[in-house]
Amino acid sequence: MNIEWLDLNTVWFVLVGVLFTGYAMLDGFDLGVGALHLFTKTDEERRLMLNSIGPVWDGNEVWLVTGGGALFAAFPEVYATVFSGFYFAFILLLVALIFRAVAIEFRSKQPMRWWRQMWDVSFAAGSVLSSFLIGVAMGNIAWGIALDEKHEFAGSFFDLLHPYALLLGVTTVALFMMHGAIYALMKTEGPLHEKLRGWINHTIIFFIICYAITTMATLLYVPHMAARVRANPWLFSIALVNMLAIANIPREVTRRRDGRAFISSCVAMLALMTLFGLEMYPHLILSNPNPEHSLTIYNAASSQKTLGIMLIIALIGVPLVLAYTVSIYWIFRGKVRLTPLSY
Amino acid sequence: MDVLTLSRLQFAATVSFHYLYPPLSIGLGVALVIMEALWLRTGNPLYHQMARFWTRIFALTFALGVATGIVMEFEFGTNWAAYSRFVGDVFGSALAAEGIFAFFLESGFLAVLLFGWDKVSRAMHFFATCMVCLGAHFSAIWIVVANSWMQTPAGYHLVQTPGGPRAEITDFWAMVFNPSSMERLFHVLCGCWQAGAFLVVSVAAWYLLKQRHFEFAKASMRVGLGLGLVASVLSLVSGHESARGVARNQPAKLAAFEGLFETTPNAPLVLFGWVDEKNERVLGPRIPGLLSYLTHGEVNRPVTGLREFPPEDRPPVQRVFQLYHLMVAIGLGMIAVSVLGSFLCWRGILFRHRWMLGVLVLSVLGPQIANQAGWFAAEMGRQPWIVYGLMRTAEGLSPNVSAHAVLGSLVLFTFIYLLLFAVFVYLLNDKIQHGPDAADLVPSGKLALPTRA
Repeated sequence: MNIEWLDLNTVWFVLVGVLFTGYAMLDGFDLGVGALHLFTKTDEERRLMLNSIGPVWDGNEVWLVTGGGALFAAFPEVYATVFSGFYFAFILLLVALIFRAVAIEFRSKQPMRWWRQMWDVSFAAGSVLSSFLIGVAMGNIAWGIALDEKHEFAGSFFDLLHPYALLLGVTTVALFMMHGAIYALMKTEGPLHEKLRGWINHTIIFFIICYAITTMATLLYVPHMAARVRANPWLFSIALVNMLAIANIPREVTRRRDGRAFISSCVAMLALMTLFGLEMYPHLILSNPNPEHSLTIYNAASSQKTLGIMLIIALIGVPLVLAYTVSIYWIFRGKVRLTPLSY
Repeated sequence: MDVLTLSRLQFAATVSFHYLYPPLSIGLGVALVIMEALWLRTGNPLYHQMARFWTRIFALTFALGVATGIVMEFEFGTNWAAYSRFVGDVFGSALAAEGIFAFFLESGFLAVLLFGWDKVSRAMHFFATCMVCLGAHFSAIWIVVANSWMQTPAGYHLVQTPGGPRAEITDFWAMVFNPSSMERLFHVLCGCWQAGAFLVVSVAAWYLLKQRHFEFAKASMRVGLGLGLVASVLSLVSGHESARGVARNQPAKLAAFEGLFETTPNAPLVLFGWVDEKNERVLGPRIPGLLSYLTHGEVNRPVTGLREFPPEDRPPVQRVFQLYHLMVAIGLGMIAVSVLGSFLCWRGILFRHRWMLGVLVLSVLGPQIANQAGWFAAEMGRQPWIVYGLMRTAEGLSPNVSAHAVLGSLVLFTFIYLLLFAVFVYLLNDKIQHGPDAADLVPSGKLALPTRA
């Protein structure tokens, strides 16, 4: 096929972005449901929460796995630099994801109170920690990290915990909690549904406060993450879409149109990731200080040949993936009910 | 300990723990396809009950496989950054293909397999089971392709970049079908089918010994032994082909497998023994000429020995030799067990031979130990190379990760994995003790609808 007119590096920048955005929109609600899990008190409510994500969480996590694989294949320098540089952060993320995964599987297999309590805590803690670390990683990528001339991370684990990164960590937890609460609202009925409806405003307020602080902090202290929008005012429309989508969430929730609230939340995430990508482009990792050591879509990429092969793989694979995803969500549509098959 | 040893230990610990589960998912996946096909064909509710019971076991192994699998993908970057920079162009493509072709397929249809029993028709459920099984096989394909490229690199060239040399793809299909990938894939899959089959056999034999769930156990035993017999025999065939490939492509590894130091025609096959590394000889019974015959088809052709390689290019002989021989011994043992078991089962007298049932209960350990031993022999036999002939293992490390950091994560993973293993065994035992559900003899929901002829 003739793909010469395409800048493959840019295409892969977008594709990796699509995979991570897909991950945020899908596993984001799983992690959010996990973060809310301990607020429900009875065993039945907790099982309903778990089973609302039961059939889909595993497929949602695959977006992260494939995103990681795509990053490795398309931009191996970034994969190597970030994963070895953020060593402890990634080990902690792995531990959190392991506990999240096995807790879902193990929790309802035994009736003992201590058993269920233990895995409930693992599920919630794993979900919160995963969301937080993903946010911290995003914060560091936006802020920039110390890189040497060989593209190796030159800082330490504690350098990654600066206030801006921590702020993004908390914001991500808040965003996923709101997203998860809306998803749970769609999937539940009866008393739990009404209870969630009571909580949802708290999650929205928590997110909007975090969002406002992050936006201000970004404009004041990370001006390069707003430079492109400042230079091209028409791009402000994306920021506008983002704000309108967020503002639409409480409106739809009040009118009990939970599906539309969920779509608004997805649109908000999509707009946020688009802004993030636009501001980063063509950089993948900013070096701070020494911006000349930054990793870009050109100096960090695989060969043109490989990017082309990978694009063909993506063009075959992505429609299949979308087809499976849509059919699974269709088969498991509607409100969740507890059956002997449930977790 | 230094960072190299610790990083290798961590990779070995995490990958060998992970590899307890995917073979079970792949093998049980095939067993589930067989059971559901029998159910669709015969309409016998016993097969429905079997499919339901083994699906619950499958779910448990699958969850552990997913949870421990993501560690593997991240670890290339965290601990082997220099390796990742060197091979990303080639190796990363295989991993990404695995994600997009295998994991999405598997995880999507897994939802239907586990939770869709009452929501979809019989044919749709069978289709979902087939797709999960296919997805598990796809993931084996891509990961074995990636690993085989590390054993026998092909379809690439080395390019100088500002950060040093790296491998780039020149021919994608030559990379995928590198000289060892297909024969190794086939052998790996045989080992996986055995792992799943003998788990079924073992549980069925235990029920028969305890005289529980008689009909269920008998039918499971037939499916398990049938699959186990075929897989065990194919394992020998594929293992033989794979070993001939090793002789062609990685002669130092084959010499270590067989404990052969001197290049010689009429090379002997050592049945078992002890490697005296200092004096470069192996003590133990041997059959003259058999190694030459197995490698080349004639006794007069020479087989390359370890002395052809400088000491710094040789793998650790003793460990590789012992692990390889352990794998072969278990492999032959599994053939004997499955032939005898199948014969007794076919004659309908298996249930009278309690000792044989005892052997079959333990047979679940055979493929697991052989799979681990085989992989350790294959990976240690590749040493001192991380990519055979191109990059040494010591050159692949992350330069900025300290020994303390790796020690910390190694201790953390060990602790967590021991906990997970204990919970896994506890829950597996619980499910086996609980046994098949009598209610599963009556399909419910959409499954109760008759299938269209």
